[in-house]
Parts: sequence; C-alpha cells; structure tokens
Amino acid sequence: MNTKTLTWPKVKKTLIDQALILAMLAMIIVIIIIEPAFLQWRVLKDILTQSSIKLIVALGLLFPLLLGGTDLAGGRQVGLAAVIVASMTQTLTYAGRFYPNLPDLPVIIPIIIALIVVAIIGMVNGWMIAKLNMAPFIATFGMSTIVYGINCLYFAQEPNRSQPIGGIKESLTILSSYKIFGLSMLVYIALIITIIVWFVLNRTVYGKHLYIVGGNKDAAKVSGVNINFIIISAFVIESLLVGFGGVLEVARTGGANSAYGFSYEFDAISSCVVGGVSLSGGIGTVPGVIIGVIIFTIISYGLAFIGVNPNWQLIIKGVIICSAVALDMRKNAQ
Amino acid sequence: MENDRLLVTNMTKTFPGVKALDHVQLRVKPGSVHALIGENGAGKSTLMKCLFGIYQPDSGSIELDGKPVTIRNTNDALKQGISMIHQELIPVPHRNVIDNIWVGRFETKGLFVDEAKMYQKTEKLIRDLEFEIEPKTLARNLSVSQLQAIEIAKAVSYDARVIIMDEPTSSLTVAETEHLFHIIRRLKAEGRSVIYISHRLEEIFTIADEISVMRDGQYIGTWEIGDITIDQLISQMVGRDMQERFPPRDRQRGEEVLLDVSHLSSANPRSFRDVSFELRKGEILGLGGLVGAQRTELVESIFGLRKISGGTMTLSGKQIHNRTPREAIANGFALLTEERRATGIIPMLSVKENALAAAYRVLTGKLGIFNPKKLDQPVDEVCKRLDVRMASTQMLIRNLSGGNQQKVLVGRWLLRRCNILILDEPTRGVDVGAKYEIYRIMRDLTAQGHAIIMVSSEMPELLGMSDRIMVMCEGRLTTILDNVNTTQVDVMQHATEFSPKICSNGD
Repeated sequence: MNTKTLTWPKVKKTLIDQALILAMLAMIIVIIIIEPAFLQWRVLKDILTQSSIKLIVALGLLFPLLLGGTDLAGGRQVGLAAVIVASMTQTLTYAGRFYPNLPDLPVIIPIIIALIVVAIIGMVNGWMIAKLNMAPFIATFGMSTIVYGINCLYFAQEPNRSQPIGGIKESLTILSSYKIFGLSMLVYIALIITIIVWFVLNRTVYGKHLYIVGGNKDAAKVSGVNINFIIISAFVIESLLVGFGGVLEVARTGGANSAYGFSYEFDAISSCVVGGVSLSGGIGTVPGVIIGVIIFTIISYGLAFIGVNPNWQLIIKGVIICSAVALDMRKNAQ
Repeated sequence: MENDRLLVTNMTKTFPGVKALDHVQLRVKPGSVHALIGENGAGKSTLMKCLFGIYQPDSGSIELDGKPVTIRNTNDALKQGISMIHQELIPVPHRNVIDNIWVGRFETKGLFVDEAKMYQKTEKLIRDLEFEIEPKTLARNLSVSQLQAIEIAKAVSYDARVIIMDEPTSSLTVAETEHLFHIIRRLKAEGRSVIYISHRLEEIFTIADEISVMRDGQYIGTWEIGDITIDQLISQMVGRDMQERFPPRDRQRGEEVLLDVSHLSSANPRSFRDVSFELRKGEILGLGGLVGAQRTELVESIFGLRKISGGTMTLSGKQIHNRTPREAIANGFALLTEERRATGIIPMLSVKENALAAAYRVLTGKLGIFNPKKLDQPVDEVCKRLDVRMASTQMLIRNLSGGNQQKVLVGRWLLRRCNILILDEPTRGVDVGAKYEIYRIMRDLTAQGHAIIMVSSEMPELLGMSDRIMVMCEGRLTTILDNVNTTQVDVMQHATEFSPKICSNGD
C-alpha cells in the first residue's frame, strides 16, 4: 500500500493540504505581475526587517500554541514592555522626560526590568491555566485587559500624562539602525533567537515534553511529565519573547506609547497557523513559523505596495486566517 | 426462501492509500442476530459507517427487505430503519434522558415542547425495555450501561429494522451483559435484526445466529452458529491456524516478594479500602472483578494518579510513597492505562517520540540536551524486540493498529527501564493476532524478572495468563487464588461476594 507511486488521490491530498501556501504563492505572483517593481533588493530588505520582530513574537506564541493554548495578552505585553523600556531609556537632554530625574542607566537595566514584569505576567497566565484549569482563551483574554490597564496607568503618570514617549538613546536604537551587509541588526537578532528556540524545541528534553503535553496532557501525566511546570514555563518563555519584541519595537521606532503591540498576537497566531502550527496543540515547527511569518509579511506589504485599500487588506487577511484554521481541522481531524 | 432483511452487495470504499472495503457483501436475515467479526482494520466499522450513512461507499448497493435504498446521511439511515449503537457512546452530557432520546423529534404543543407527554413516552419506552432509568436524569450522571440502554431505547423509538451494535459489551459487567442479551433476544422476537460486532468470541456464540467474518477489507464468509468452532473462526479471522490462544507458562515463578501493599485505602470513600497483597518477582498477578469493583482505581492509586488515605507500600523492603506518577516511575512502576487513546498515545507524534515519552530524562545528559540520532538505536531495539509492525519509527502512531500502538506503549516503559508493569486491560480493542503477541511479550518480560499486575475483564485472559488471581468486589479484595485449576466460576463467586442482587439477576 505504501509504495511511492504518484496516484491522483495522493496528489489531490497534497494539493489540499498545501492549498493555503499554494494560494498565497499565487497571490505573491499576482502582486509581482501587477507591480514588477516589487522584485527588488530594497523591498526584500524591508520585508526581512519587518518580519524580524513579528517572527520573535510569533515564536513566542508558538509555545502556548504547541500546548493547545493561546495568549491573547501577547500584544499587550509587547506594549507594556515597550512603554517600560522607553520610559527609562530617554536621553538626558530630551525635553519631555518620563522620569525627569532619572540618572543615565545602561540600557540593559530597563530591558531586564521590562522582562521581569512580563515574565511575572506569563507566570500568572500559566498558573491560571495549569492550576486553576482555566481555558487559555478566557484566562489570557482577561489578562490582556489587565495588562492594558496597567500600561495606561503607568503611561498616564505625572509628568508624562499619556504623551507618546520619544528621545530614545542611541545605545538602544542602534539595535535597529546598525546594519551589517545592508541588513538591519533586527534581522540578525531574530535569526539568533530563532536558532535558540529551534534548539530548545528539538534538542532538549524540555522541548520534547512540551510537544508531549500539547499532544496529550493525560498521557504526559501518566508518563511522568511535570505538566504544571511545562505549562507555566511555556507561558513565561512566551512572555519573555514577546516582551523582547516590545524592546525591539522601541529600538525600531525610537519611541513608545500604550497602544504599542495592539493585536500583534493575532498576526503572530495567524502566521503560526499559516505555517502549519495546529491550534489543537502538539503540532508545529520553527521552520513552519518562519515561512508563515514571511509569507504573511510579503502579502501585507505586497497588498499595500500595489495600492490595495487597507480595508480590503483586512478582509483578505481574515480570509487567509479562516482558511488556515479550516485546513488545519481538515488535516488533523482523524 | 424468506427475504433478506439487509442485503449489501459489492460494496467498495477507498481512503487515500487504503482499500477499506473491497467488494464486500453481507446478508442479514430478519429477526436474527448477525455477528460481524474480524481483526481491527478488517473493515467492520467502515462497513457499518457506510450502512449508517456516515461514509459514502464508492460503489455497491444496499437493499432493505428487498427494496434498494440509498443512504446519504445518518438521517436517511434512521428513516429507513437502520440504527447504530456506537462503540463510544456520544450523548449530550448536560441534557436529560428525554432530550437525548428524542432530540430532533420533540412533541410540541403549539410553539412549546410538550414536556409531560415526552416524559410519559420516555418512561414507557424505557419500561418496555425493562430498564430502570428516571427520564429526567442528566446524561452525564448515567453509567455506561445506562447510556447504552438509552441508545437502545432510541433505536427502538425509531422503529429500527436493523440495529447495529458496535462492541456493546466492552464496558459492561457480567450482569449487565446478561441483561443486554435478554433485550437483544426481545428485539429479535419482535422481528428486528441485530448486527453485532464484538471481539469477544465467547459472547458471540451465546447470542448470535449467524457469523460473518471480514479480513483486510474483504468478506470471507458467513456461517450458521452451529457450523463453526471458535478455533475455526479465529483461523478465518487471522487467515492462519492458531494453535494456542495463550503462550504456555513454561517456568516456575519466583518466590521473592518485590512489592508489598498493605491495608491500602483510597482517599475517595466510595472507592477501594483495606487492600493488602504481595507482588512477587517474575509473576503475572491477575486482577479480576466486575465493573465497579474499583480495580482501575486501585492500580491508578498505586501508580500515584489518585490519592490514598491510608496504608503502606514496601518495595524490596523499603517503604515508598507513590504520590505522583513521577515518583512511581522513579520507583520503577509503569502503567499501561485502560484508555489507550485518551491517556496513552500522543496521536500526532511519531512512533519514536511516543516510545520515548517517559524516557527522555533517563536517556539524555544532565542538561537535558540530546542528539536525536543517538536515541534511534534504543527505540529501534525495543520496537524490534516487541515486533512492532510499521513502515518506520517516523510514522505517526495514530496510523498504527491498536495492537501495535499497545506494543509501542509497552516499549515506552521498557525504555524507561521500569520493572513493575501495571497493565490495565492490556488487550482491549486489540485484534486476535496481536493479542497473542502481547501475551507472548508479557511472558518474556516476566521471564526476565519483571513483575506484572494485569487488570482484565476477560475471563479467559485472566485464567490463561495469571500466575495468581486477585479478585475484587465493590472496593474490597475478596481473595487471591493460586491459578491452578482455577475456573471461571471460582473467580465469579469471589467477584460477586458482596452483591447477591447482581448474582440473582444474572440468570
């Protein structure tokens, strides 16, 4: 039965399973036909740079997704980390400083503070899901409004009064502005993080246990896997990654406000699903996420490039997400 | 010659890469019980799903009482008089019995459902079938046998001419099985036909009139019940002669006590209490009893999955506390759970990853970093030793047959180097050929000094495999029998010691 002959049902199955990727490649080709200028080094560079932070956030979301969960507070944690870091990394000479009397700190200190804050948020997320048995969707949905509330309170403090934070030190913005071979540092940072995540998922006991818990929690328990530890730590790792995404957003834009990161988790989840990560848990690879993120960025960038109405862009993105989930269900139904 | 109730001819169904049904035929007489048997993957379930409208066959025809019918979906099937009682019952848990039976067919008074009338109808229907279930009970509060009763009532309420029962007794007690047979005989007397799928051949000889055998998606033949013996039937199923159903016990078991369980009681007051026994090195200790005897609860408590309120466990002279499965595993315990799909396999992972699930920590270095290539060899060795039939260890485990999945799960514990294996219904849902292999593996393991506790509801298995048989009844250990000339009757007597009611019912 398992011969390697190419039969029509097999070809058909492959076509259906890969339908989304094929459709998106077709879309990219259409974009190129409409606007051949899309094919140039500058555009590719932009796409890679734009993908970098998205990729880090998406790799973060991969952790809860592998557990069959999600984190709807992901984007808000990007925003909180961004505002915390930005508030402490302004140049001393900037007029509207968040902390007018703050001494000149090395940038690593605000970054560590921001990461500790989001790690605590991740821990609470994981605790609600592991110990209180809450549905990840609801637990993190609640957490997203809590985090946003905290962010707005912090942001509204005297003397800032919810003014966008600017005047970020060069020692932070250099993470985005410094270029190696014409490519922003962001691309290299994303690459390093990708390799680390890949290693953790594929070469460590922790990664294997993550897939096992996501695949079948009860079987994992019987096999002696510490489920609570896996769930809580996965949410902490995710928070650290999205929080670091927030730090890089400050570096990239040279500022922050409390709206930063809004709905980033949706783009991240969509990219993961397009890249073959199953929402039911247990299935998903790092290369898949990379492909998902890049394809998704190309489409968004490309649609804007050929001048598609932004509202239509939203509709197209939505259709892609729904088709991706429908295909996931179809592939993994049996 | 009388007309056939159901005639299936030339039915073919292919899935990508698999011919699940290959020109299959089936002829069922009216008012008869027709058993359908075959190994897992023989195509029984596919055939039944085609009859019930869940799948659409590629070709073939179905005739009911001489009239050709087309069945496009389950609604069509029910309307034509074909009902199916599924292997895994799927009620709506938060609705009551009435809703579960009549869903989609409510009697209305104007715009509203006529509750009083529905109640009466339900009560009458259930009483007529000699079940005792209050119609307003929520489905989630019903036992498995009660749920099945509801399904049967539903089938009768559709006035089904053909009722398909897929493994109906797999989780019933002896008394409940007897009652089911009683009901089946009544359905038969009313002129209905029952298609009865079961792995339990003893049962089939009790209840069926005719037997059809399928193998590898093909129809093998149909026999009158008097014309064939169990052994002939098995060889038809597996396509070869089966000399022995159990591998021989060729050796004396040791006397060295490995595990001493003393006065163990569950933290759940309605579960087991005051259970004491010894497990010796190299023995298979059978654990028999009826459903509700709390056998699974006992072994899961020993494994640390459930809490205990008192009692001690001593392993080779040292007291141990298995508070969590992790602790139990560290002490060398392993558990093959009763529900392979729910708590055993990780369906979307490969055979290799499934086999390694419990062993990563012991097979890798201190930092928890490993080279996956280095893990190939132990997995290959174990799979070879257990004779797992598969294309490669990279295959997804869900694509293996039940028996091979079970072997991989045994392998999971061997890789973890556990020496006390607790096997809860190790051959449930496993086909005849693979059953024998699992028995052989169990014998091999005990010969190497492993000790096995085997929970089994299949009497021949319990008697054929155990060195000693422990029997439980309603949460208490009633006896431990040396399995020498022990009979089914001995075990049954101890299994029903505290429940005279069940004894008298099981006529």
